[in-house]
Amino acid sequence: MAKERNNDTIKMVFKYIKKYKISVVLSLFFAAVTVVLTLYLPILTGDAVDYMAAKGRVDFERLLQLIIKMAVIICLTGISQWIMNICNNKITYNIVRNIREDAFNRMEILPLKYLDAHAPGDITSRIIADADQFADGLLMGFTQAFTGILSIIGTLLFMLSINIWITLVVVIVTPLSFFVAGFISKRTYKMFQMQSAARGKQTALIDEMIGNQKVVQAYSHEDEALESFGEINKKLSKYSLDATFYSSITNPATRFVNNLVYAGVGVTGALFVLNGFITVGGLSCFLGYAGQYTKPFNEISGVITELQNALACAARVFELANEEPQVPDVKDARTPETLKGEVVFDNVHFSYVPDKKLITGFNLHVKPGQRIAIAGPTGCGKTTLINLVMRFYDPTSGSIKIDGTDIKDMTRKSLRNNIGMVLQETWIKDGTIFDNIAIGKPEASKEEVIKAAKASHAHSFIKRLKDGYDTVVKEDGSSLSQGQKQLLCIARVMLLSPPMLILDEATSSIDTRTELKIQNAFAKLMEGRTSFIVAHRLSTIQNADIILVMKDGNIIEQGNHESLLEKGGFYANLYNSQFA
Amino acid sequence: MKELLVYIKEYTKECILGPFFKLLEACFDLAVPIVMASVIDKGIASGDKWYIFKYGGILILLAVIGLTCSVTAQFFAARAATGFAANLRYALFKHIESLSFTEIDSIGTATMITRMTSDINQLQSGVNMALRLFLRSPFIVFGAALMAFTIDVKAAVVFVVVIPLLAVVVFGIMLISMPLFKKVQARLDDVLGITRQNLTGVRVIRAFNKEQAELANFADSNEKLTAMQLFVGKISALANPVTYVMVNIALIVLLWTGGIQINAGNLTQGELVALVNYMSQILVELVKLANTIVLATKAVACGTRVQGILSVNSSMQDGDYGIEDSARKPGLQKKSGGAEVKFEHAGMKYKGAGANSVSDIDFIAKPGSITGITGGTGSGKSTLVNLIPRFYDVSEGCIKLNGRDVRTYKLDALRQSVGIVLQKSILFHGTIRENMLWGNKDASDEEITEALKAAQAWEIVTGKEKGLDYVIEQGGRNLSGGQKQRFAIARALVRKPPVLIFDDSSSALDFATESKLRKALQELSYNPTIFIVSQRTSSIQHADNILVLEDGELAGQGTHEELLKNCEVYREIYNSQV
Repeated sequence: MAKERNNDTIKMVFKYIKKYKISVVLSLFFAAVTVVLTLYLPILTGDAVDYMAAKGRVDFERLLQLIIKMAVIICLTGISQWIMNICNNKITYNIVRNIREDAFNRMEILPLKYLDAHAPGDITSRIIADADQFADGLLMGFTQAFTGILSIIGTLLFMLSINIWITLVVVIVTPLSFFVAGFISKRTYKMFQMQSAARGKQTALIDEMIGNQKVVQAYSHEDEALESFGEINKKLSKYSLDATFYSSITNPATRFVNNLVYAGVGVTGALFVLNGFITVGGLSCFLGYAGQYTKPFNEISGVITELQNALACAARVFELANEEPQVPDVKDARTPETLKGEVVFDNVHFSYVPDKKLITGFNLHVKPGQRIAIAGPTGCGKTTLINLVMRFYDPTSGSIKIDGTDIKDMTRKSLRNNIGMVLQETWIKDGTIFDNIAIGKPEASKEEVIKAAKASHAHSFIKRLKDGYDTVVKEDGSSLSQGQKQLLCIARVMLLSPPMLILDEATSSIDTRTELKIQNAFAKLMEGRTSFIVAHRLSTIQNADIILVMKDGNIIEQGNHESLLEKGGFYANLYNSQFA
Repeated sequence: MKELLVYIKEYTKECILGPFFKLLEACFDLAVPIVMASVIDKGIASGDKWYIFKYGGILILLAVIGLTCSVTAQFFAARAATGFAANLRYALFKHIESLSFTEIDSIGTATMITRMTSDINQLQSGVNMALRLFLRSPFIVFGAALMAFTIDVKAAVVFVVVIPLLAVVVFGIMLISMPLFKKVQARLDDVLGITRQNLTGVRVIRAFNKEQAELANFADSNEKLTAMQLFVGKISALANPVTYVMVNIALIVLLWTGGIQINAGNLTQGELVALVNYMSQILVELVKLANTIVLATKAVACGTRVQGILSVNSSMQDGDYGIEDSARKPGLQKKSGGAEVKFEHAGMKYKGAGANSVSDIDFIAKPGSITGITGGTGSGKSTLVNLIPRFYDVSEGCIKLNGRDVRTYKLDALRQSVGIVLQKSILFHGTIRENMLWGNKDASDEEITEALKAAQAWEIVTGKEKGLDYVIEQGGRNLSGGQKQRFAIARALVRKPPVLIFDDSSSALDFATESKLRKALQELSYNPTIFIVSQRTSSIQHADNILVLEDGELAGQGTHEELLKNCEVYREIYNSQV
């Protein structure tokens, strides 16, 4: 199973790589050139040593020729290494850019069903952190794995070409290096796990105490917090020491093996020189190889873990990029410019989870310009109705028609252009106040924006901000209160004045007096426009033409404020409980 | 960055021993080519097999000693690095706790958390690396050059020329790419920001049909990131080839001068092999150095960021008048009746704000009285009460507690005397009892029960199987909004403070529970001075004095009846709610 998934991921990676075929071929070619030339150099050096046997016996003519040859080779190596590096950079960064963009594009058309079910942090980390890790792994893989393998093979071949027996010494000692590295990494793995567990605990504490620093200070709890932090900190420090120390043994250990190889080559090589099997230059060349032979082994084992990690990361990004997108707009979808606002719900069924029915057989006819308020206890499906009208979700069966057209038969764009929406959860875009209000109409003039802000009673607080309408605000900016954010969101809709309105707890964080004032502006805005209002506060919805009282996904009462009070049912109860 | 060295002081010994053993190891590494040279010149030349074996043994011995030294070095380095990180984390945590709300607001909690976690982690591995490699690599480079001189001065001259050149190249590339890497990070942050925004604001973006604009926005940022990466990549891609070419050109020069020297009889073949070996050692070390420099750069950046937080000092000066002083002089008295709170033309401006958030607030809250505070969104209600326990300091006028300016009290003593229930109820991971003990560490179970009862939270506790030992999850995830709010109120009551402040903290309670709570508050035995902030007039209409705020200024004060008669703003608020 896991292997199959791995294969799928690799296939996907290859699909992305394909686009940069030429670069890949170039990279591989120059990697091979680099390796061969790098390995050839010690042989030439060895020859050079042989040309200068002793005093007065130095063959300068041949030495000069050789040196010129070496210079050319060195320059070629440098150039090909550079080209290889550039190719690798180009491949990696372009692929990651493409992957990231594909993932983001997919995200933009994923159904809300998926986005609501996944934490934003998780999706973000796929697009950013995972993609980045993948890039690092891929780059390392390209630069080191391939050259590493080539170097090992090349070194062996070159060594064999000089002398079989000394090569054997090298080959026999090599597995020792693997064994040592394997032994250490197994031990280290456990210690790293302990370290991350301790780190996790500490992060949780930091999150809690630093995140809620204000409460900690209000209760002068600083000393206690510091004490428990100190305890965890000590523990973490200990585990961290273990993990760091054991993992850092790998390097000396492999270097030790390397030195053994060197000693082995030195002794056997010297003996072979005595017997005349190789020259001193040959021995010097061998020593050069021995000094570098084990290096690629270390690198490759590092690269393998890195690549595994990179594949895992890639799999996570691809998972997102392969997620089923929302149903696209139908082929000849209609694009009504301005809707009148006659809304008909015809036997609508809907549920978020298949076995948990929420809305069943919902019917409603809204005439153009009517104000519909939806009331009811938490979880009764108020917000769901709005999700359906905006096509954030589609009904399981039944249809919603606006001006006689099923909303599935219009483009989402034209549908949403016709509806202004204010939600309880305010969302502020990073940018200026002006940009935030003008989000639906970027070309709006300053006057228009100020007019909208005045209508939503946001103007008075905006002008008190440091840079007025040019003040930069952030999504998590604590500089704005919840109520102020909500006023901004209302101003956005005021600026657009769309033919239909949806207000989902749009004034829940605003004080009643300001709300009352905004109500007037809203009333003006809603004149002749179909609007849906969801509110917890009943004072907000009293003036609606129709009040739907919902419970468990069904409408249990329907009428205007007076008629519902008279009826003495669920609504009347809800209303009277305010004054108890 | 230098200031951070204090935290490694405790590990001075390790910081010296670590590199010392590393250098020792390097010395043994440097001895290897010399040993090999004598194998060639003496062993081979004289045909002495024993000599060769003996020196082979010496090589193995050198390897063993080298291993021992480097393992010891790694140990000291790891100890210094982890110890340093632990010290720094502790100091930073402590420092953050000492910051006032003004600094917390301007730094932001997310930033502080990253500094505490990932930045310090990076710094730790940076220190570890630095102790291990930063001395070793240059040492080998210079050591190799030095050894070359002991072999033959003329042949070694090339080392003197090439090493400074290499240093210029390596550090030059580093200096150029360091600021560029920062830019790459900044662009990555942009891409991250856009992604996050698109997720949290998906409904708004789709409702306003902004998908195409956002896609273009993302593609643009993504492209910029890639362009930057490629640009930096081009520069750092030069590092390896350039060093390779330089070292090997030096090798050629070495071979040529070596040839001349051998011909003149000043140098042996074995010695030349040793010189060649030193040259290749230099290359290996330089590559390592270049790689660690990247890591070091990151660590330095992290260190600077951490230092940035450490250098922010609390803008609030502590007073020196403590609770213990109050026995002799008039001041705060704990657990015995309410305190008098007096605002004298107090005004407050947030740092970086354009105008005052509250100004010219003037009133007296008598001991044991109830003060209601109401007003619209953003009218300054919370700001006003935050001034009493000195979460923020006034910028004009002053606030007096029992006749003394709050700024003259010890902060700790002042906050012990003020119980404040914040707008957002925050509870901590731990049992109900542990959460209650935040109010007062020495509270008995009886006192806790009493407080819980007054806060109308006792029924929640009895509803849990484990009672007071019920474990609340982080952030109170396993409680409803109303339950959290009642626990937060109880936590403040456990303290029995002379001043109690409720900052819009009963919004999640239903009307019946709220009125019970109000009654319980009036009956508290220690008779505290109470402040209630609320948008709902029903929550404050029974108060002894009601302050009505409008755009940060006092629009009126008095009892409910008086205000209905004289205060237009209050009347409007009241009428909007009936």
